[in-house]
Amino acid sequence: MLRIRNLRSGYGKIKVLKNISMHVEPGEIVTIIGANGAGKTTLLSTIAGLVKATAGEAEFKGSNILKTQASAIPGLGCVMVPEGRQVFATMTVEENLLLGGHVVQKDGKHVLLRLLQRQYELFPILRDRRNQLAGTLSGGEQQMLAMGRALMSRPSLVMMDEPSTGLAPLIVKEIFQIIVRLRDEGNTVLLVEQNAKAALGIADRGYVLETGKVILQGPADDLLANQDVQRAYLGREKGEEK
Amino acid sequence: MKKLLSILPLLVVVIGVHLLTSATDTMYYLTQMTMSAYYSLLIIGLCVLMGYAGQISLGHAGFFAIGGYLSAALTTHSLIPHQNTTLVGLLDSAGLLLSGQNLYGEALLVVTPWAACIIAVLTAAIIAVIIGIPVLKLKGHYLAMATLGFGIIIYRVALAMEYFGEADGISEVPPFVLMSGLSVSGNFSDRVQNYYIAWVLLLIGMVLLLNLIDSRVGRALRGIHGSDEAADAMGVNTARFKLQTFVLSAVFAAVAGVLLTHYNGGIGPSEAGVMKSVRYVAIVAVGGMAHLWGALLMGIVLNFLSLRGVFGSYDDAVFGLILIVIMLFAPNGILSLNIRHRLKHFLGRRKQDKEGEA
Repeated sequence: MLRIRNLRSGYGKIKVLKNISMHVEPGEIVTIIGANGAGKTTLLSTIAGLVKATAGEAEFKGSNILKTQASAIPGLGCVMVPEGRQVFATMTVEENLLLGGHVVQKDGKHVLLRLLQRQYELFPILRDRRNQLAGTLSGGEQQMLAMGRALMSRPSLVMMDEPSTGLAPLIVKEIFQIIVRLRDEGNTVLLVEQNAKAALGIADRGYVLETGKVILQGPADDLLANQDVQRAYLGREKGEEK
Repeated sequence: MKKLLSILPLLVVVIGVHLLTSATDTMYYLTQMTMSAYYSLLIIGLCVLMGYAGQISLGHAGFFAIGGYLSAALTTHSLIPHQNTTLVGLLDSAGLLLSGQNLYGEALLVVTPWAACIIAVLTAAIIAVIIGIPVLKLKGHYLAMATLGFGIIIYRVALAMEYFGEADGISEVPPFVLMSGLSVSGNFSDRVQNYYIAWVLLLIGMVLLLNLIDSRVGRALRGIHGSDEAADAMGVNTARFKLQTFVLSAVFAAVAGVLLTHYNGGIGPSEAGVMKSVRYVAIVAVGGMAHLWGALLMGIVLNFLSLRGVFGSYDDAVFGLILIVIMLFAPNGILSLNIRHRLKHFLGRRKQDKEGEA
């Protein structure tokens, strides 16, 4: 579905991504873990077209997305849930969701309304808050709104940037359960997380990023069991149980 | 359809004002009401740009002036000296020229008002595109300064070019005959019909914009206002939407400029002045930024007061002061102040204080 080869990107003279290659297949949760500054967010932003790549290829469902304008990528079926939610604070919950359906609205109002109902089923709290300004929601609710908003575009690939940031552990658990549910319903998820343990816990495969390079990759269970990963990202020393 | 119904009460008010002034023998108010309607046409366009799309413009008097000046110059300056050029020949054979006489009985050959109007508005739109593409990449203060620069350029051009009458501006602009029996002019006998022409146009503009902001486009604009990047990530082509809104508001300004110039029978450089742009921004702010009805109401009230000379020589100072006061005390506009609630709160507190003392 998504295929990236030798991708390089960065901000001006600062090179963040150095030769990244990875792929995402339909129906899986793929996670990208790594420390602060490893380039996780830059990788998602580059795929989403918000940061320009300097070299390499990125192919989404057969089309070269590095040459596509950022605003045209959601129309192809690849949508991002940005870090820190970034809901439209001065618009109501429902308006946020409808704006998320911007690219499908040309298919008719009934499609949009059906999608809206679908998000309300997935996130019942959003139905209760539908006429509330998005800025007045709690962090967890905003995260759900950001996810629902992204799903309004009927994406085939959802990219999530650190959905657990700043949320209470209980809420994080709920969010991750929803991600699993999305996968089980046939969606594909690319999940960037600092919370490596939680992310690997639900993912099918994972990539470990360090200073702009993929240093490890494989099935999530293998990564969870890997001693280097445990030491560096899960805070466990050799031989220590739990 | 619902939007059409929502402006019906306003239509009733418009007719009511006419009947009231005619009953009380104060029809002269209609002149300022007509002028206020044209300024308000510009203001509701600017309101969508500023309040909904979140893009400030301190150059909208420039677009107003482009419309007004071009239309005035084309319909007033005689083309007889250039009669033998191909361009004039082409215009003539297209039936876009009109011959007549000026006040002193000299023969005139000018562009018809309709053609001049279309040329003026199109020019404003094209300039808006040319200016908008680079400038709308800027945000906040930088965008404000860039549009301010544009406004200053237009002002200086109007002052400097002989074609635009330099400091005197252009006068003796002929009436704009919309159709037989209906013309935009300052003639005393046309006062009532001009009042209705201006207001019907304003109402049409209002319906258009109300529909726009309540659509997919309107949501996209408000998304852009919230965050360019987040809107982009939702598949909104932010650059295109911003440019389209900028051009739309420039067209509203230019149309207002064209018609008000024909109504006044002339235009001067003060219409292009920077203080005019500041005034328009102040009125949109008083109306509540993202509030079309507020912008319309304040556009009418404040322009009417200003045109009646209520603010005297302090006209521009009043609008500067309004801007400061609104930003400090009612950044969401004057209509957002729930005055009754505030008064009650205030009185309630005083009562409590008294009880506390007792």
